[in-house]
Amino acid sequence: MTTVVEVRDVSKRFVIRKEKSLKERLVNFGRSQRHREDFWALRDVDLRISSGSTVGLIGPNGSGKSTLLKVIGGIIQPTAGDVRLRGRLAALLELGAGFHPDLTGRENVFLNASILGLSQQETARYFDAIVDFSGIEPFIDTQVKFYSSGMYVRLAFAVAVHVDPDILLVDEVLAVGDEPFQRKCMDRIRGFQQEGRTIVLVTHSLDQVAELCDRAIMLDHGHVQADGPPREALHALRTEFEQTWMDDQARERASAALTHSASLPSAVVERVQVFSGGKQVEAVPTGADLTFRVHVRVEDAMPGFFVGFGIETVTGQNIYGTNSRLLGTELPAGSGRLAFDFHAPAAWIGEGSYTAHGSISGPDGRELHRLVSGAGFAVTAQGRETGFVHLDTTVAPADRSLG
Amino acid sequence: MTIDGGQRAAALAAEPLRPAGAQPGFFRGTVQSLRDIAAHRELLGLLVRRELKARYKDSVLGFFWTLARPLAMLLVYYVAIGKFLGAERVPGRETGIPDFAIFVFTGLTAWQLFSEIISTGTSSIVGNAGLIKKVYLPREVFPLSAVGAALVNFTVQLGILVAATAVLGRFPTGSRWLLLPLALAVLVVYSTALAVLLSAINVYLRDVQYLVEILIMILFWASPIVYSWGLVESHLSPMLAQLYLANPMTQVVLAFQRVFWVSGTDEPTPPDLAGTLGVTLVISIVLLWLAQRVFARLQSNFAQEL
Repeated sequence: MTTVVEVRDVSKRFVIRKEKSLKERLVNFGRSQRHREDFWALRDVDLRISSGSTVGLIGPNGSGKSTLLKVIGGIIQPTAGDVRLRGRLAALLELGAGFHPDLTGRENVFLNASILGLSQQETARYFDAIVDFSGIEPFIDTQVKFYSSGMYVRLAFAVAVHVDPDILLVDEVLAVGDEPFQRKCMDRIRGFQQEGRTIVLVTHSLDQVAELCDRAIMLDHGHVQADGPPREALHALRTEFEQTWMDDQARERASAALTHSASLPSAVVERVQVFSGGKQVEAVPTGADLTFRVHVRVEDAMPGFFVGFGIETVTGQNIYGTNSRLLGTELPAGSGRLAFDFHAPAAWIGEGSYTAHGSISGPDGRELHRLVSGAGFAVTAQGRETGFVHLDTTVAPADRSLG
Repeated sequence: MTIDGGQRAAALAAEPLRPAGAQPGFFRGTVQSLRDIAAHRELLGLLVRRELKARYKDSVLGFFWTLARPLAMLLVYYVAIGKFLGAERVPGRETGIPDFAIFVFTGLTAWQLFSEIISTGTSSIVGNAGLIKKVYLPREVFPLSAVGAALVNFTVQLGILVAATAVLGRFPTGSRWLLLPLALAVLVVYSTALAVLLSAINVYLRDVQYLVEILIMILFWASPIVYSWGLVESHLSPMLAQLYLANPMTQVVLAFQRVFWVSGTDEPTPPDLAGTLGVTLVISIVLLWLAQRVFARLQSNFAQEL
C-alpha cells in the first residue's frame, strides 16, 4: 500500500501568552518569561497512513486530535518534525468556513469549492449535483445570512463531498442535519471509501469509529496511546474515560468527606470472572449457561449495599445490566473480600466479543466503584444472525391463515 | 468521480511525497510561494469579486458609493483649498495652480489606490481568520485580493479622471502617457509590499491597523496632492527636498500629474522623474520580495494567533 500521509516525529508547542497589546508587551518586556507558558499539544507523533484507509483519531478533549489534523492539513506548522503528503487534500474542519453571509448560495458554492481546491469549470460541472445533494434548491439564490443553520450546513457539506480529494480530513462535522441527511452523508463517506480515498476522521462518536474506520489512533496529552484496529484503540479510550470518571468520583468523595466529616465507606470491585458449566471460560456457544462472579473488597461492613454487573460490546455499547437490588435480593452485610455469583441459565447472546463489568454501590444508590472490562468473553454461533440476541429464527413463505 | 480504488492507489504511488503547508526555505521558498499563488489565481479572482460584491451588497446605490468618497474629497479640497485658501489660479492673478480640480483629482486617484490597498490589506488576514484557521491556502491571497479589489475601484476612478480631462478640453496626448505604466507599477508594487508585510504583523500586533490609519493621514499631507511641488520646493532646503522626493508616493503623485494635469506642463517639476521612478521600482520589487519572505516566516503561526 502507498503511504499518502507521513507524519515524522511531529511535536507542536503552543505558547500561551497572557498579554496582547503593545503597551502590555512593553511594560512586561524582560519579564515576559513569566507571562508565557508552554503547552505541548503534540509530542513525538510518528505515523504513516496508507492510501484507501479510513483512520479515526480519538481521545479525550484537549488530547491533540484536532491539532494533529490541522498539522496534516498544513494549517498549523509543527514545532519539530515534518508532514509529507501525496495527492490532493481537502480539509473539512468546519463546514462553510469560507461562506460569506452577504453572498448568495450560488456565489458561495463557487467560492467555497474554489477554497477547497476545485476549479471553476469543475464546480460548474458539479453545480447541479451539489444543489441537488443539499436539497435547498429554492433558496440557492438567497443570501446565505438568511439560511437556517440546517440549510447552511447542508449546502456546505454538499460542496465538501463534491470536491474530489485523495485525502479527506474530517473534524466532527458528520453530525449535522436531520436524520435522512445524516444517512446521506454516511452513504457518501462509504462511497468515498469504495473509491479508494483516504479519510482521516476526528470524532467523539465511538460508534462511528467502530462502524467506519479500519484503524483507530488514540491520543492523550499529545502522545499516541494506541494505534491499531478500532477495537483496541476504543478499548484503551474507554478504559481511560472510566479512569477519569473514577478519579472524579474519588475526588468528589474526598471533598464530600471533608464537608460531611464522616468518611464514606469505601469498597472496590477487584475482578470479574465468567464461568460456564462450572469452568472458567473465554468463549461459549450461544445459549450456554453463564455465571458472572464479582469479587469485591469492602473496608467497613455496611448494610444495604448492592453489587451489579453488565455486558458491553467492545465499542462500549451496553447490551445488558442488572444488580442485586433490581433482582430484589438483599445481600448479607459483611466486610473484607466477598464474592457474588450472577447466574444466567441460558444466555442467548448474539455472536461477537463482549466484556463484562462489575460494580458496587452504597445503600444510598451511589456507585462506589466500577471495574470496567473486568472480564472478556466471546460468544460463538453459526453466523445466521447479526445483532446482540439469538432468536433462532427461521423463514418460510407467509402462512396466510395467521391473518 | 468514477476512479476506483486500485486506479487511485496506482496513481498515488506514482506521485512523490510533498511537504504539507508552506516551506520556510528562503530562496527555494520564494519559488514555491509563487507557484502556490499562481495555482490559486482562480480563487484570487473569486475573492476579489467577493470583496467588491459584499462591500455594498445591501445598499440601494451599490457601486456608486465607491465613487462617492473621492468625489466628496474632490469637492471639499476644491472649495476649501482651491477657492477659500486661494490655491487655484484665477484670471488676473499670477500665483496658484492652474486647473486645480484636475490637479487635485489626479493626486487623489493615485492616493486612493495606495490608501485602500494599505488599509484593507492590513486587516485582510485578521478579517479572514475564520478561513485561515480552517483551510490551508497560500495566505498571500488575502492581501492580494485586497489589492485586486482596490485596483478595480481605481480603474473606475481613473476612467472618470480621463473623462473629465476630455470634457475640460485638456486631454493628455502623446508621450505624456509613457510615464503612467511606470508610475502605476511603482504604486502597485510598493503598496502591495507594505500591505503584505503589515497584514502579517497585524496578526501579532493588532495595534498596527490603528497606527496605519494615522500614518496614512499624515502621509497624505506629505505628498503633493492638494498643494503643488512648486510650493514645496521654495520652502525646503535642497537636502530636505531630496528627502521629500524620496517618498515613493511623492514620485508617483508627481508622475500622475505629469500625465493628466495638462495645464501644469510648465509648472516646476523635479528633474529626471522617470529615472527616479525606475530606481524606486527596483527597490519596491526587492521590498515586495522581502515582505513576502517575512510573511512566509510569520504565517506559520497564523492559525494559532488568530
